Amino acid sequence: MPLNQVPLSWFLILSAALFAIGVAGFLFRRNIITVFMSIELMLNAVNLSFIAFSYQNKQVNGHLLAFFVMVVAAAEAAVGLAIILTVFKNRATLNIDEMDSMKD
Amino acid sequence: MQLWLIPILPLAGFAINGLFGRRFSKSLVNVFAIGSVLLSFAWVVKTLAGLGDISGTHLEHYFTWIQSGALNIGCDFAIDRLTAVMLLVVTGVGSLIHIYAIGYMAHEGGYYRFFAYLNLFMFFMLVLVLGASYLVLFVGWEGVGLCSYLLIGFYFDKQFATNAGNKAFIVNRIGDFGFSLAMFLIFVNFKSLDFATVFQAAPGMSEATLTTIGLLLLVGACGKSAQLPLYVWLPDAMAGPTPVSALIHAATMVTAGVYMTARSWVIYTHAPVAMNVIAIMGVVTAFFAATIGLAQNDIKKVFAYSTVSQLGYMFIGVGSGAFGAGIFHVVTHAFFKALLFLGAGSVIHALAGEQDMRNMGGLRSKIPITFWTMMCAAVAISGVPPFSGFFSKDAILAAAYEKTPWIYWLGVFTAGLTAFYIFRAMFLTFFGNYRGKAHPHESPPVMWIPLAILALLSLGGGFIPVPEFLREVFHAPPEGPANYTLMGISVAAGLVGIFLAWLMYWFKPSMAESFAERVGIFYKLVYNKYFVDEIYGVAIVRPIVEGSRVLLWKVVDVSGIDGLANGIATWCRGVGGVLRRIQSGNIRSYATWVLFGSVMLIVAMGLAEGLAR
Repeated sequence: MPLNQVPLSWFLILSAALFAIGVAGFLFRRNIITVFMSIELMLNAVNLSFIAFSYQNKQVNGHLLAFFVMVVAAAEAAVGLAIILTVFKNRATLNIDEMDSMKD
Repeated sequence: MQLWLIPILPLAGFAINGLFGRRFSKSLVNVFAIGSVLLSFAWVVKTLAGLGDISGTHLEHYFTWIQSGALNIGCDFAIDRLTAVMLLVVTGVGSLIHIYAIGYMAHEGGYYRFFAYLNLFMFFMLVLVLGASYLVLFVGWEGVGLCSYLLIGFYFDKQFATNAGNKAFIVNRIGDFGFSLAMFLIFVNFKSLDFATVFQAAPGMSEATLTTIGLLLLVGACGKSAQLPLYVWLPDAMAGPTPVSALIHAATMVTAGVYMTARSWVIYTHAPVAMNVIAIMGVVTAFFAATIGLAQNDIKKVFAYSTVSQLGYMFIGVGSGAFGAGIFHVVTHAFFKALLFLGAGSVIHALAGEQDMRNMGGLRSKIPITFWTMMCAAVAISGVPPFSGFFSKDAILAAAYEKTPWIYWLGVFTAGLTAFYIFRAMFLTFFGNYRGKAHPHESPPVMWIPLAILALLSLGGGFIPVPEFLREVFHAPPEGPANYTLMGISVAAGLVGIFLAWLMYWFKPSMAESFAERVGIFYKLVYNKYFVDEIYGVAIVRPIVEGSRVLLWKVVDVSGIDGLANGIATWCRGVGGVLRRIQSGNIRSYATWVLFGSVMLIVAMGLAEGLAR
């Protein structure tokens, strides 16, 4: 089946599924790196729906936003990984539940 | 003409002594304090010499002070003949009293503070007489009130002095309330507060308006010039150092009310009812205060009630349309009453703080210069011709006789009382045997030279033709021929008073006591100042204090206002106690809340769309 015959709803369902998996991973996993990857997953789920709508409506805006999200995600990955590295060096743990020193 | 220099010089003295005086030596404080006032006096003389015979008004505009809608008030100073007279009195007598204070305050603490306040007072008093609109006058008016408060409470470690200061300040607020209302009314009716504009338009206004304005202005004058029923602060004001009593509470500040009513003469001449009220208030105050003065034992209290009484005379003059005579009495009174107070100060100084006349006596030979100078003032205030008080009092009484004869007769009787209580004080202080314990010593020259100058002015001040000089300002008709009968009657009243004082306090001292016993109730009434303070305390002060304490404090403030404020705070704390549990520090719990919120939002949007359809 050629790509232009795949209905929009399929893309959206896939996007929603990916997003839900990302949310679930963010909420239930304890390892920071896994949480981090879940965030990336959510971003990419959103990207997918942007592209799908953009293709469907023959508009370039969706592509633009997708690239924008990718740039932000790349920057976030760089900073985030640096933070994770520092946290691990200082605390010798990656358990997200122990990262609560700003509470008090 | 650089009129602004006149008040600015004392202000500079105040600033220098007030800021740095603590580190100055006493002689350096003197240089700035006395120097600034003397320079100011010199500048007044130079300005007046430059103006020649001062016909009309010389106005100087410096800057726009307040500009808002129709309200346009400039910082304007003006000088005419009335202002010229007041300027000379304020700076001239003020300079003498400043010099005297060098000697009087020599052994007191807070030397620099005293002179700083005194200079500040001079500044405000000069603004008061120079101001060319009611509001600029009011600035000076309030400023002198402030300085009066500060100087009455100069010995702030003494409870009675601070109480007296508070009393003066609070009683003056009542008067100033009336003055403020008068200014509002003037602005509403005339659209201006400038003297020139107001007085030009005043003849065209309705009599009812002018009467209301006049009476409200009178309330202000009544507070500042210590007239019935607001005179109660002035006798207590004697708690301040004696030069303050002389300068502020005898010669200058308390005459501000007379000056203000005389300045507003156009309003009053078109409001005959207000004029009559002034004259009656004046004569009743003059008589009332004179009777209290008969039985006081504190030498300063006698002169304080005498001041209230003499201010009453000035208001008789103003209320009888003889504005020039009223101001004339301001001038002569400034001479002889300042002299009486400074002399009393010299006596107190000589006796190391003793003020009770029962502990004096026989001081004539011990402090002769003080005695002779005070004698000059005593004959002047008693209206003995040809000394200053005779001329001004006679001019006032003659005007009163033409308008309302009964005011004249009460005034004459009061003149007799005046002579009696002044000479009673003189006999008790200077004649007989010395009854005190301290060792009297004559005051230093820095104190008695101002006394001597004032003595000359008290004796000869009557020959200064003040009413003649002011005729042009008040558009007064030329004076008729002198009525020698009236003159003779008032002189006779004064002489009788002196004779009775001589009889009762020197010739046969036991007479005073037996006389006091014979009129027991009246004597007790007078001795206790008619219980006016007690009546005010019960009728006015107590209800206000108790009402404030019980109703305003315990009910309105504690349960109403505090309850509201504290209630809101308690509620906020309760809500916060619940909400702070959300801030767990656990990232995943935050994320759960975000998810929960987003889901609720989507559900809400879906529902809203469903409903809209």
